[in-house]
This record gives sequence, C-alpha cells and structure tokens, in this order.
Amino acid sequence: MTAPFDLNDDSVVVVIGTGAGGGVVANELAQKGVSVVALEAGGRYLPEDYINDEWESFGQLAWVDPRTTSGDWRVAKDFSGLPAWIVKAVGGTTTHWAGASIRFQDHEWKALTTYGAVEGASLLDWPIDAAEMAPWYDKAEAKLGVTRTGDRAGLPGNNNFKVFEKGAKALGYKEVHTGRMAINSADYDGRMACQQTGFCFQGCKWGAKWSAAYTDIPRGEATGNLEVRERAHVARILHDDAGKVTGVEYFDKDGNLQMQKARIVCVAGNSFESPRLLLNSASSMFPNGLANSSDQVGRNYMRHTTGSVYAVFEKPVRMWRGTTMAGIVQDEARHDPSRGFVGGYELETLALGIPFMAAFLNPGGWGRSFTTALDAYENMAGMWIVGEDMPQATNRVTLSETKDQWGLPVANVNFSDHPNDIAMRNHAYGRGEAIYRAVGATRTFPTPPYPSTHNLGTNRMSEKPEDGVCNKWGQSHDIANLFISDGSQFTTGAAENPTLTIVALAIRQADHIASEMAAGNL
Amino acid sequence: MTTKERKGLTRRALLARSVAAGTLAVIGAGFIAAPNGAWALEVSVISEHEMATLLQMARDIYPHDRIADQYYAVAVKGYDAEDRKAMVAEGVAALDAAAQAAGHADYVSVGWEEDRVKLLQAMEDTPFFQTVRGGLVTGLYNQKEVWPIFGYEGESFSKGGYIDRGFDDINWL
Ligand SMILES: Cc1cc2nc3c(=O)[nH]c(=O)nc-3n(C[C@H](O)[C@H](O)[C@H](O)COP(=O)(O)OP(=O)(O)OC[C@H]3O[C@@H](n4cnc5c(N)ncnc54)[C@H](O)[C@@H]3O)c2cc1C
Ligand code: SF4
Repeated sequence: MTAPFDLNDDSVVVVIGTGAGGGVVANELAQKGVSVVALEAGGRYLPEDYINDEWESFGQLAWVDPRTTSGDWRVAKDFSGLPAWIVKAVGGTTTHWAGASIRFQDHEWKALTTYGAVEGASLLDWPIDAAEMAPWYDKAEAKLGVTRTGDRAGLPGNNNFKVFEKGAKALGYKEVHTGRMAINSADYDGRMACQQTGFCFQGCKWGAKWSAAYTDIPRGEATGNLEVRERAHVARILHDDAGKVTGVEYFDKDGNLQMQKARIVCVAGNSFESPRLLLNSASSMFPNGLANSSDQVGRNYMRHTTGSVYAVFEKPVRMWRGTTMAGIVQDEARHDPSRGFVGGYELETLALGIPFMAAFLNPGGWGRSFTTALDAYENMAGMWIVGEDMPQATNRVTLSETKDQWGLPVANVNFSDHPNDIAMRNHAYGRGEAIYRAVGATRTFPTPPYPSTHNLGTNRMSEKPEDGVCNKWGQSHDIANLFISDGSQFTTGAAENPTLTIVALAIRQADHIASEMAAGNL
Repeated sequence: MTTKERKGLTRRALLARSVAAGTLAVIGAGFIAAPNGAWALEVSVISEHEMATLLQMARDIYPHDRIADQYYAVAVKGYDAEDRKAMVAEGVAALDAAAQAAGHADYVSVGWEEDRVKLLQAMEDTPFFQTVRGGLVTGLYNQKEVWPIFGYEGESFSKGGYIDRGFDDINWL
C-alpha cells in the first residue's frame, strides 16, 4: 500500500535516500503516524531480483553515476571514477552490506578526550555518549535481529572462519567468534535462517540478512503514512526567506523536474551524496551551501582504515562457501598507543569470488606473481581490516567540474591517509599474516583497500556549531527543520562497521522528530 | 566468436598456409587457430598477425597454464573492430619494434615468456597496454567457463546454498 501525497502537501517529512539511515528514519516516522515522502534515486529490487554473480549484480545495484577523485589514496589511481562501492536502489547499501553489526566501544564516543589531540587530525568528541546510546542500540539490534545479542544464537562458522579462528587462537587472541551479524541464525521476524549461499554482497536471495529494502520500507508503506518514490533523484533543497527549508526539487523517473513541499527534510544519501546535495543547494542567502556556516560540509571524510589479507594454504579452503563475513577477531579493537597508533581495528573474514578477486587482489597487477595467486584460489582464505581512521579537514567532498546526467556537478572525493592510518594498517597486515602463518599459510597477500564501502563524517555532529554541521539529534546547526540521517553525521568512525550505529541514530532521530513535531517545535 | 564448427573446414587449409607464430596459434587467411585445431578465431578488421600478438600478449599478462587459448581468444576478440583498429595497429607495431630491437623477428616469435614480459614491462604505462590489461580483468576472469578451472563454484542459490553442501567441510586443520 502506498500513500500518494500531493506535491504541494507541506505537512510531510521528505526523506532523501532509503538506505540504512533514510530507510529506517522513514519507517520509524511512519510507524509513529508522521506522513513521509521518501525520494530514492535508484529502482526497487527484491530478493527474487538479486543475482548470484558479482559483476552482473554490480551492474544491477551499484551507484555508477560519475564521481571524481583526488588525493594520494590508491583508489584514486586504480578506480578513479569509483571512489565508493555503494548502492543506488531502494534500501540503499543495506542490499550489499555483509551484516556485521557491532556497537562502538564506550571510549570511542569520546575520541578527542581519549586519544588527545593528534597532529593533522580534526578529532572531536561526539556530543552523545555510550550510556545515552545503549537503549537505541538495543532497539537497533532487535530490529536487525543481530546474532549474539538478545537471545539470538551465533551463526555456524564456515571454512574461511575455521582457518581464521584456528590461527587467531594460536596467536592467543581471545575474542574470536562468528560475529554479531544482522543475518538470521534461526527464523526471526518473518525472515528465514541463513542458507550459507555466500553471495551476501549481491543481495541475500533468502532474505536471511537484514536489508531495509524488504523490512523497514514495506512496513512503513503498510502504515499508509509512507510513500516511496523510486528513481527520484533530488537535485536541490529549497528554503524560504526566513532560512527554513520548504521542499526539494527532484528529477522523476521520466527525467522531469518536480518540486515536493516539505515541513522537514531528512538528508540520507550516504556520505558523498549528502554533502554534495547541501553544496548544490547553495543560494544567495547560503552562498556556501545549506547548513554550511561552519564550512564543515563535506570535510572530515572518513572511510575506515581498511585493507585485506589473503593467504594460500597447501590444501583447499573454499572460502566463498557460506557467509561472506563469517567471523571476527576483536582483541585489536582496543585503544593501545603502545602499538604505535591511536584507536584500534577489527579483523573480519571476507571472501570474494574469482571475478572480484581478479579486480581487487592487486589492482593493476599482472604477470605470474599475480596469476599464481589466483591459481591457488581454491586454497585461499581471506580477512578484512576495519579500523578507526583519523578525520582530516582536507579529506573532503567538494563539487567537481564534472557534471552528471542531470547537469549537476558531481562529488569530488579527496582523500589521503593520515600517518596514524598507515601505522594501523601496517600493524594489521602483520597480525593478519601472522594469523594465517600460524595455520601453515605458504603465501600471504597484504591487499590494498577497495573502493570505500564505509563512508562517514562529511556532515559531522558537534557540540559547537562552528565545529560541525549538525547537533546531537542530527539536526543541522543552521536550519532547524533540516536533518542529517545517514553515516555522514558521524563525528568519528570508531573501529566498528558503521551500520548498526547509523540505524540506532536513525531510530533515535525519528523519535526526537516525532516528539518535537507533536510539541509544535518543528 | 570462437568457431568450433569451422575446424573441419579450414584446418588443413590453414595448416598448409600457416606461418610461424610462436607456440601459440597458426595464422591463416582471416583466421587464427589453435595448432591442434580445437578452435579458430576469425578476424575481419585487424590482421591475423595483430590478433595473434594480442592473444600472446593476453597470455603473457595473465598467464594461467591450465587455461586454454580459446578463453584468451574470447577475451581479446573484441579488438577486431573498427574503433580499435588504429590503437591495435600502433600498439602491436610498437611491441614488434621493441622485439626487433632486442634481436627477434617480432613479439610472437620471442621464445621465452620472461623475455616477452620484459618487452611488456617497458610499455606498461602506455594506454595500449593498460587498455588490454584492464579489459582482460573482466574479459578473462568473468567467463563462467573458466571459473571451474580455479575451483570457483559460482551461483549457489539454485542449489540451496552450501548449508548442506560443504560450507564447513574443511578437514585438514
Ligand atoms: C560490500 C559492502 C559491505 C558492507 N558490509 C557492511 C557490514 O558488514 N557492516 C556494516 O556495518 N556496514 C557494512 N557496509 C556499509 C553499509 O552498507 C553502509 O554503512 C550503510 O548502508 C550506509 O547507510 P547510509 O544511509 O549512509 O547510505 P546508503 O545505505 O548508501 O543509502 C543511501 C541512499 O541514498 C540514495 N541517494 C543518494 N543521493 C540521492 C539523491 N540525490 N536523491 C535520491 N536518493 C539519493 C542512494 O541511491 C542510496 O540508496 C557495507 C557496504 C558495502 C558496499
Ligand atoms: S550466506 Fe546467508 S546471509 Fe549471505 S546471502 Fe547467503 S543466505 Fe543470505
């Protein structure tokens, strides 16, 4: 059931983007009786549509509109037009994601206080803390059905995990398990248990993995309070002379420019598109873009310190069988500057199929050093590093000279590693290789970061308006009825995969918006 | 397309007309074919020599000894096109010139892979090399037919995933 709202209906909340942030905020508001129009640039794909084929699925779901890159990160050289691997579809990147769902550690909400000032980094404390977030994490874990939380059992370990677990335990690591995953280990919330098909990145055809596409979105629509308009690309957010936002302009599925009025606008286009939209909405009143009096829109882009370690063994592993991210080592997630860097990292198993392995193992690599690695694919195990990276003011999204199919300037993504990021990555490579050597690896590969899957920080939360774009509710400091609802509101990235936190913040934000609306404050 | 059907028709004629082309392929009129006649690749826009060079180059960039020539042929057959003609002609000429400077007749007649690789390394930053290499990443490795050679099993949904098919069957740990 959809609820067609009129373009001139100025009582609706407009949500831009329907991923982890937007999809959840839209549904939560709809559940509370608030009228919502969600505008999504991509089309709608459901489990029956997903494809167990890496490139074909990429063609179906990925955001491939132009983007440009700069900075000294290797992605700018190897994948200059593809800084991120994220989705353009109803449900956003929750169709692609692997499902790892872990809470921030308490101290990570207070990075500046805990780590102290780090030269070249624009570290800040979040304006919220662990105690305040705990109940919202509880709700988010229940919504996503996260394993090893509540009374939900862990998933069984696949071959890739068993190799990883044995090596990690041999090194003395203690916190080694099959992860806290938004993947059902038993039937839950109307969705079945994981069948270990191994195409989690391509959309789960069983619906065992949580995705907004087939949970929050249809549930919101079922209330009659949520209308999702797909293939609707928002071009600009509009405001009145008082500086309040009044609606948005978007290109509809036929390419016609439409205007939807709004009482409140929530921006949730992921960390490239959200700042791009604010910058593209510049006006005579806000010449630097909306909500940008601080000049922080687009800055402090974070992507986690990542990298992978693959290893070859004498005998087969067949890592592609079963959940893509099948387990975790958490011992290195602590803050322990004696390792030569602040913050910490997680190690999580990861598997790619042959097509993606060829593209990502060593981009640009060729010759026998490369092909003998692939020849041993069947005997390979793999893990991914995800660690806290340092926010830097110069790592930022700006408007590019390049224009997209709508004639709108696209996002340029400038990124360079901070020395802390490099020290952490090198440490993690060493530990990852040691894990595999402990189980007899004959060859290991410290693999460079892929195009970003975690994109954070470009509209960050701050206590003081001059330090960031939004306050502790994700409400922009400058414009009361403009909210940031996605990962771009992250003040710092922590060591954990971000989506559980994005969802917890979205549930909390919807609660706040609904009560402020009821109180007549918004 | 590699055309298996044509082998009976053309093999003898091809072999008769063949010229030396390294270890890889036999060159005939409008075709290059495997020496054992298992497959043949027709060219209409670029020359047989250019296609044979591309094929050898593909093998040298991504050498997999267990992958037959025909899969490399599929990966480079798209270069037999008007809009690629100039780039291919220029690139192959440069490669042959480099081979000649090193005392060989042309690229495909350089006997050892490591010697050919040296020639490729010297042109690694050229658009020609990068185009051919980049195209192979999907052109070669995204052929479903080569996946089993790597042990990769591909699509698994229709078989019910691996829950009952060995997701945790490792037995050597
Ligand atoms: C391969 C992969 C694996 C991952 N695994 C994990 C994991 O295990 N754990 C984890 O925590 N995270 C994981 N992530 C990251 C996770 O998917 C993201 O953090 C999360 O989805 C981000 O939520 P978001 O709301 O910020 O943006 P998204 O979910 O990307 O949603 C943004 C949506 O906005 C739409 N949009 C953008 N601009 C416009 C516009 N102008 N008009 C209309 N619509 C627009 C986009 O089309 C998109 O649908 C993974 C990501 C990838 C790619
Ligand atoms: S491994 Fe499990 S979660 Fe992943 S796609 Fe398959 S069924 Fe879904």
